[in-house]
Amino acid sequence: MSIVTVQLGQCGNQIGHELFSVLCSDIRGTHGLCSKKENESYQESCKERFFSEEQSGVPAARAVLVDMEPKVISQTLSMAARSGLWKYNSHSHFCQKQGSGNNWANGYCVHGPRHKEAIMELVQREAEKCDLLGGFVTIMSMAGGTGSGLGAFVTQCLRDAFPTSFLLNHVIWPYGTGEVIVQNYNSVLTLSHLYHSADALLVHENDVIHKICAQLMNIKQISFRDVNQVIAHQLGSVFQPTHTAGGGSGYSRNPLGDLLEPLVPHPEFRMLGLRNIPQMAESSLAFSSFSWPGLIKHLRQILIANAHMEEGIDWQVRPPQPGSSIPSTNKPLHFNTSIANLVVLRGKDVHSVDLGSFQDPSLYTSWLNPQDAFTAWKTPRAFNKYEKSAALVSNSQFLLKPLDSIVGKAWNMFASKAYLHQYTKFGIQEEDFLDCFTTLEQVISSYTNL
Amino acid sequence: MTQSVVVQVGQCGNQVGCRFWDLALREHAAVNKKGIYDEALSSFFRNVDTRSGDNGPDIYKGKICSLKARALLIDMEEGVVNEILQGPLRDVFDSKQLITDVSGSGNNWAVGHKIYGCQYRENIVEKLRKTAEHCDCLQCFFIIHSMGGGTGSGLGTFVLNLLEEEFPEVYRFVTSVYPSGEDDVVTSPYNSVLAMKELNEHADCVLPIENESLFEIVNKIHQMINSGKLGSTVKQNSLVTSSAGSAKTLEKPFDAMNNIVANLLLNLTSSARFEGSLNMDLNEISMNLVPFPRLHYLVSSLTPLYTLADVNVPSRRLDQMFSDAFSRDHQLIQADPKHSLYLACALLVRGNVQVSDLRRNIERLKPSLHFVSWNQEGWKTGLCSVPPVGHSHSLLALANNTCVKPTFIELKDRFMKLYKKKAHLHHYLQIDGMEQSCFSEAISSLSDLIEEYNELDATKGGPRIDPSRLKIAV
Repeated sequence: MSIVTVQLGQCGNQIGHELFSVLCSDIRGTHGLCSKKENESYQESCKERFFSEEQSGVPAARAVLVDMEPKVISQTLSMAARSGLWKYNSHSHFCQKQGSGNNWANGYCVHGPRHKEAIMELVQREAEKCDLLGGFVTIMSMAGGTGSGLGAFVTQCLRDAFPTSFLLNHVIWPYGTGEVIVQNYNSVLTLSHLYHSADALLVHENDVIHKICAQLMNIKQISFRDVNQVIAHQLGSVFQPTHTAGGGSGYSRNPLGDLLEPLVPHPEFRMLGLRNIPQMAESSLAFSSFSWPGLIKHLRQILIANAHMEEGIDWQVRPPQPGSSIPSTNKPLHFNTSIANLVVLRGKDVHSVDLGSFQDPSLYTSWLNPQDAFTAWKTPRAFNKYEKSAALVSNSQFLLKPLDSIVGKAWNMFASKAYLHQYTKFGIQEEDFLDCFTTLEQVISSYTNL
Repeated sequence: MTQSVVVQVGQCGNQVGCRFWDLALREHAAVNKKGIYDEALSSFFRNVDTRSGDNGPDIYKGKICSLKARALLIDMEEGVVNEILQGPLRDVFDSKQLITDVSGSGNNWAVGHKIYGCQYRENIVEKLRKTAEHCDCLQCFFIIHSMGGGTGSGLGTFVLNLLEEEFPEVYRFVTSVYPSGEDDVVTSPYNSVLAMKELNEHADCVLPIENESLFEIVNKIHQMINSGKLGSTVKQNSLVTSSAGSAKTLEKPFDAMNNIVANLLLNLTSSARFEGSLNMDLNEISMNLVPFPRLHYLVSSLTPLYTLADVNVPSRRLDQMFSDAFSRDHQLIQADPKHSLYLACALLVRGNVQVSDLRRNIERLKPSLHFVSWNQEGWKTGLCSVPPVGHSHSLLALANNTCVKPTFIELKDRFMKLYKKKAHLHHYLQIDGMEQSCFSEAISSLSDLIEEYNELDATKGGPRIDPSRLKIAV
């Protein structure tokens, strides 16, 4: 089954490029550490999922590139082509000249309707190329104007045009100390709209990835490219082919469905966080070895303590004692309650791994059976040069604090009415803002009361 | 990619404009080695096939034939424009893009605005339309003028009005040189305040500049070079004041100061023209830095002022660049943003600087800056890969900060001194279309603006307690 990716805005296009790069280099790599048959099966599956065969023999990413100004797409297309290993289809991009000026209203109310037809036609064309369409992933930031505003509009269009397809938004949350001054407004508008159209939001926070670059990857002068490469690696670790639990011998044929159905049991709870372990500079990989019990133990504590990476984990945080029914307000502080979790294991000896600790009922809300709340995918095929790696996709309180912080800052600014004239100019009124705030306060409240 | 058109009005406007075009050519020559007319060049220049004369067609791709500035040169005296047309830049300007007259505006805003405005209206509109037609996607008009005289101030603001009427969708960025206290034009306070009203009402963004600040920067650089203190030589073409490497050969007195303003405009537009990991276009500048329509005055600072020829200790120099951007003596008006209130701040970095450098410096400098309560983390950042000529990196800081207030208050005071005595008023009132009310409305507009800044200063922009959030029934 194939996934069509829609890259929106500067961030979406820059990350999309890194994602396809890492997928491509992973399948070409010789560090599969598994049987030849397994490796070939993996490569075939990845290619079908993300690339289409072209006459030239160079695989073309199943992607549509959208931006309201030309510089980034132009760069993205040429960087891909230069690699010689993969490329973008030369007709799969849509560009304008002026950009969105960091204005969500401009992206949503002006660019969206104006360019809907052209953009959706490109999407339709990519979708038709797929033998079996597995769904859509959009990549966007929520701080700017195009990825956020036009992205929200396109997401709605995708939902309308493909009502039965899976739709996942991969959203980048900006650094807390500004990249864009109106980023909190744009974020509130984006998140509330996406919530109504998409199946789920898979979130990466720039602050978190930046810390990973600084502390784990040991990069001195961190560039956006470094950040994007870590994000791409984390995405790859989830989206590359795996065997699902009852999937028989072949690789999963419904990656998005397999991801979304267990993780989003309730429409009020759509926020997914992503963690990956281990993460380190490539130069250190050769000198490190890992044990599965160690990795699983760290990953579980990362989940429970809401840590961002394998360093600085608070080991004091424990799940509440089983057997006692504690009202949520009395739950131990800092404990991250989960609704559902997915763990993806790749590499040597995966079949021997004991994941019982993730099925502990005390980690979860009481709505689902622990067996249903937890899913595991495995493949013996190692990913991106890591002999063993584990990824966690979690529908839990991971994003509660950051979301609350963004809404708080946006509200604070809204109360002073600063910048509102920039939005009303393009058709977003104060009432529209209020609706969005209400939606998000509801989400915050729901996640708080888990 | 979008295009911008520069409208240079009056003596000051044209002299600064001239430096801008010279340095723009220098910058593009440094980047564009193959002589191909690319999108970056097209933002400010047309490529014209002049083999059959000046009226040749535009060439949109391929080799550079003849670059023509997307500019309109307006002056009611001929001296400055004539000089430009005889100088090394003569081929850069299309002879059809000039509007000149002979007698000047006599340092009288009313002459510039009412008399010449009326007289040349159609001519100006026609020429503006022509330049707009040559643009694929016109995004912004840059007006360069001074406030204290008659043409730049009066006719310049008339053009500003016109632009809003005829091209309402296109941004209007105005670079305004404000008169200093010791200005020798007696009526400069009148001219400036009358012009301010127009800026308040019709500009999207104003970048105020004060000659004193430019002068001090020029002196600082002279001192630094002549002191020989650092022992290493300065790269000549890196001086923010220098014309080295450009077409110009003879330095004139105001050139150094005007080069600073020219560099301001180059840096402002760099991220729109060149690529980078975090682009910052002109429409984003307006969006992020103007929280309320009338508060659109941005204090700018450029660093570094020069680069040493030998490159060492890059990281410390980088951080120093950020510190300097906030220091009093790098601002282009007499203001101290550090001790006033920030409504918003933009940092546009050029060259080999990454996001971690940006973040490190923001974290470092934040505690010493005062931001308004509803915008505590109000930073807009941009990273452009291409550095300016002679530098490995540079920084342009734009601040929407209450430190503009003293400039405006002083202007008001100087105005009132004259107005109370009705000094020179008759020169204005005798002009058709001018009435006492023009003056009272203008000073009222300025007073209101000052009041808005006062309020922000007093309340730090918000209620003392955070506004309570919406409550959801559980």
